[in-house]
Amino acid sequence: MAELFQLQIISPNRIFYDGQVSMVEMNTGEGQIGVYARHLPVTTTLEPGIVKIHEEGSVREAAVHAGFAVILQDKVTLMAEVAEWPEEIDINRAEEARIRAERRLSTNEPNLDVARAELALRRSLTRIELSKHR
Amino acid sequence: MASMRDIQRRKTSIQSTGQITKAMKLVSTVKLQKAKTKAEHTKPYSDAMYATISEMLSRSSNIDHPYLKKGSSNKKAVIVITSNRGLAGGYNTNITKLLTNGAIPKEQLQVYAIGRKGKDILARRGYEIAADYSDVINEPIYQDAREIGKKVLDAFTKNEIGEIYLAYTSFKNTVSHEPKLIKLLPIEIEKKEQERQIPMNYEPEEEEVLDAIIPKYVCSLIYGGLIEAVASENGARMQAMDSATSNAEEMLADLSLKYNRARQSSITQELTEIIAGAEAIN
Repeated sequence: MAELFQLQIISPNRIFYDGQVSMVEMNTGEGQIGVYARHLPVTTTLEPGIVKIHEEGSVREAAVHAGFAVILQDKVTLMAEVAEWPEEIDINRAEEARIRAERRLSTNEPNLDVARAELALRRSLTRIELSKHR
Repeated sequence: MASMRDIQRRKTSIQSTGQITKAMKLVSTVKLQKAKTKAEHTKPYSDAMYATISEMLSRSSNIDHPYLKKGSSNKKAVIVITSNRGLAGGYNTNITKLLTNGAIPKEQLQVYAIGRKGKDILARRGYEIAADYSDVINEPIYQDAREIGKKVLDAFTKNEIGEIYLAYTSFKNTVSHEPKLIKLLPIEIEKKEQERQIPMNYEPEEEEVLDAIIPKYVCSLIYGGLIEAVASENGARMQAMDSATSNAEEMLADLSLKYNRARQSSITQELTEIIAGAEAIN
């Protein structure tokens, strides 16, 4: 059994998750990474994506949009602006958001905020994917 | 001496005022409970955010980043969080006093107002109101803080303002709230004695991580300020209404005494008149 370490996911409204885990996977600005205990201390940014929490014997998944992660040897803290469990996601709303974002990206408006629309699209895609795992 | 009717009228009016203040007290008690739980849930995020930022900055001492330096503009933005509604005792004036009695000259200030009361007071005194977000104070969500944060940060990067402050009422407990003026940018964190010396790595580069994290730090402070301000507002209103109610009760007791005296003296007088009249006939 892998060594356990403390994982905290904190969002502005609540402590989203706090527990002992063996591994956590997340989507950082530099790509997908998985973190075990005794990791090198790293601070990194988080991109919209699914965080996989490997507890002892089970895996939980959550959607995390925007934030950053502080990885220390015995503790990982994810500061998430938005964090959701699969059962909290409204699939219809996510689908609508995806369609809206795609439409916005396909128009050729000159003053379109591409980065923002792309981010919205990625958020909705993350939500849709996560809710399929339910 | 006031007539019985006058006293009675006064009593009725104070009684109905007392009923209103009592009802308002109950309402703000309920709201306070709600706001308090929310504030307690927000605290871990702001605390963790502050801990992270201060640790990052104290570990890497020689970072050169625009967010850590004072802008060349001498304008200073202040985000002022007050309430939209009055009858909260000194809640709103305590906040505006921070500015009017503060060290920053009026000409250099730009007010980003959240809360109509504070905005009105400052506008009347001739402060420059750069923006008004009074609607958000009713039910602040994180998104609001992010929008406000983005606006001030934009102004900061464009060098329209050189410093950013936040004026809000910090919520200690139900009875104690403290008006506070804190500096958001440039970040000033006292250098602590470093206990641990594990070098922190940054992915991507340190500067990019700071670029991403500092705005979040500012937003989290604004959000925390909003949430605490709502709790303090309801706490202040509860206290104000509580003392108003007990004042009303005191006045009522006083007036009842006066009323009864007036009643007694009028009865006595009537009796004397009747007896005097009866004696005159005999």
